Amino acid sequence: MTLTRTAPPRSVARPDPPKQRAWLYRFDTKRAPYLLIAPFFLFFAVFGLFPIIFNGIVALRNWRLDDPDKDGWAGFANFEKLLTDTDFWNALGNTFGIFLLSTIPQLLLALMIANLLNRKLRGTTFWRIGVLLPYVTPAAASTLLFSVFFARDNGMANWLLSLVGFGQENPLDWRADKWSSWIAIATMVNWKWIGYNALLYLSAMQSIPKDVYEAAAVDGAGPQRQLWQITVPMIQPVVIFTVVLSTIGGLQLFNEPMLFDSNPTSASGGSDGQFQTIAQLIYQVGWKNLNLGYAAAMSWALFLIILIVAGLNALLTNRLGGGRR
Amino acid sequence: MTSTTHAAPRRKRSLAEISRAPSESRGTWKTYLLLTIVLLVSAFPIYWMFVIASSTEEAVSKVPPSVIPGAQLLANLREVFTLQNVYFTASLINSFIVASVVTASVLFFCSLAGFAFAKLRFKGRNALMVVVILTLTVPNQLGVVALYILMGKLGWNGTLLAVIAPGLVTAFGVFYMRQFIMHAVPDELVESARMDGALTLRVYWSIVLPAIRPALAVLGLLTFVATWNDFQWPLITLNGTEFPTSMVALSDLASGNYVIYRRVLAGAFAATVPLLVLLLIGGRQIVRGIMEGALK
Repeated sequence: MTLTRTAPPRSVARPDPPKQRAWLYRFDTKRAPYLLIAPFFLFFAVFGLFPIIFNGIVALRNWRLDDPDKDGWAGFANFEKLLTDTDFWNALGNTFGIFLLSTIPQLLLALMIANLLNRKLRGTTFWRIGVLLPYVTPAAASTLLFSVFFARDNGMANWLLSLVGFGQENPLDWRADKWSSWIAIATMVNWKWIGYNALLYLSAMQSIPKDVYEAAAVDGAGPQRQLWQITVPMIQPVVIFTVVLSTIGGLQLFNEPMLFDSNPTSASGGSDGQFQTIAQLIYQVGWKNLNLGYAAAMSWALFLIILIVAGLNALLTNRLGGGRR
Repeated sequence: MTSTTHAAPRRKRSLAEISRAPSESRGTWKTYLLLTIVLLVSAFPIYWMFVIASSTEEAVSKVPPSVIPGAQLLANLREVFTLQNVYFTASLINSFIVASVVTASVLFFCSLAGFAFAKLRFKGRNALMVVVILTLTVPNQLGVVALYILMGKLGWNGTLLAVIAPGLVTAFGVFYMRQFIMHAVPDELVESARMDGALTLRVYWSIVLPAIRPALAVLGLLTFVATWNDFQWPLITLNGTEFPTSMVALSDLASGNYVIYRRVLAGAFAATVPLLVLLLIGGRQIVRGIMEGALK
């Protein structure tokens, strides 16, 4: 590395007594690094790590907000209750359904858009900033807009459907069924995250060495094959990264199903829980039913599920991409 | 548009043309057309938010839907801002306070730690860095129940402190700063300053900070946007109080038996505008931050 900044920093050597100065200097060399990292680890330990561990203890106890006297160890009762709780399994199914409907199109479309952006373009920055509009828009705000879009009466989605001849006399109630509410919610999630993922892919694409393409062209690969046989395998680490990111985010989905509800603060995910996700159920159990112990157990279950699914997805993506390693 | 290349048979692509990496080839009219569609789809919901926010209630339920802004924006906004029990005006201020404090704190503490990890030698450095990297993947949303109990013990539930405290530092911030400082600050510079007797904080202040301004801008923007948009935890701790953030206030606005869309979306639009302004000013940095994050 060449040293471009040659101006030396202003000397701070003051006429201290040399002995004291040397002590301070030694102390600084030894201790200062720890002082610099201490705030991070302190805050993180208190507000990040501790809650997650303490969550495990709460899950093993009776802990109700409305009845503080009724506490004490519950053993695994909260976890046993989970196994037979139809609400939990319903929410789990919804979460996975919405997750699949949002992740797969999201990443595929992001790949296509990244491929478009990976050209010599006029106004490079303009396009890149443009695809980030949904990313900066608060999910709460955009979901409220999409609620109007997917309204049963006079909604734009139904109007578009009617243009192609669907549901003119019987407009579709998007919130009423599992499949339709899942599609609506997945649409919102896709809208928000496609551009962001496209930029992640674009960044990886730009670091592919150019001669890789030259070598492949001799074998006669066209642009389409180029994308799938060269570009995608070359950016595989980032693809795995985005798959893991969307798994972590998607399985904790909260904002969109929450505000898509016609009565958001109820957290019920539709009249019959048809689009209630686990994160929503945790909120409902904890702060509507006031059963924190049970909500904590659900959080742990969700944590485990995320770990497993993220791991499996990473493995699967690795395999699909040719499975080096 | 007359296009002669259009008629050319596909086969005739020269070898030189195919062998070019995609990033070396010029975008065709098709590329621009598709990108324009992407851009329209990205922008339309925000535009439509503005349309409804500026319309009368009748215009909202028109079929086909109206896509031309009305003249009621100020009237609708005034209604939202003066609404009882939603505290919308206060909520915008609260969001500003929370996002600014969190951003300043993340920038300061994460750059300090990032500097230590990148340039200083100390025992346990590598092990501690591994801890930081591991914590990157822990979704701390999963600790909300215990966090709520903790905040209850501290007496902070229902106050902005409860929202600010968990955001004060991020593992991503430390990681990002470390990567940047490793490359942006030459070792020789740090060492020669140390030779001159500069203490660590002095080095941070006069050498590291000036060199990492671009990274501070990037991390600051990403942090501000994420904090502003945070919904779940603020909802849990602030709901029903007089100090909501704007996202919590929005959910109040959209609840109830009778939802007035022009009002809800006027609120949604008001809560989105600050971020659109940020994107306008710092879009370049936000793009850079996301793209650099991918390579790590």
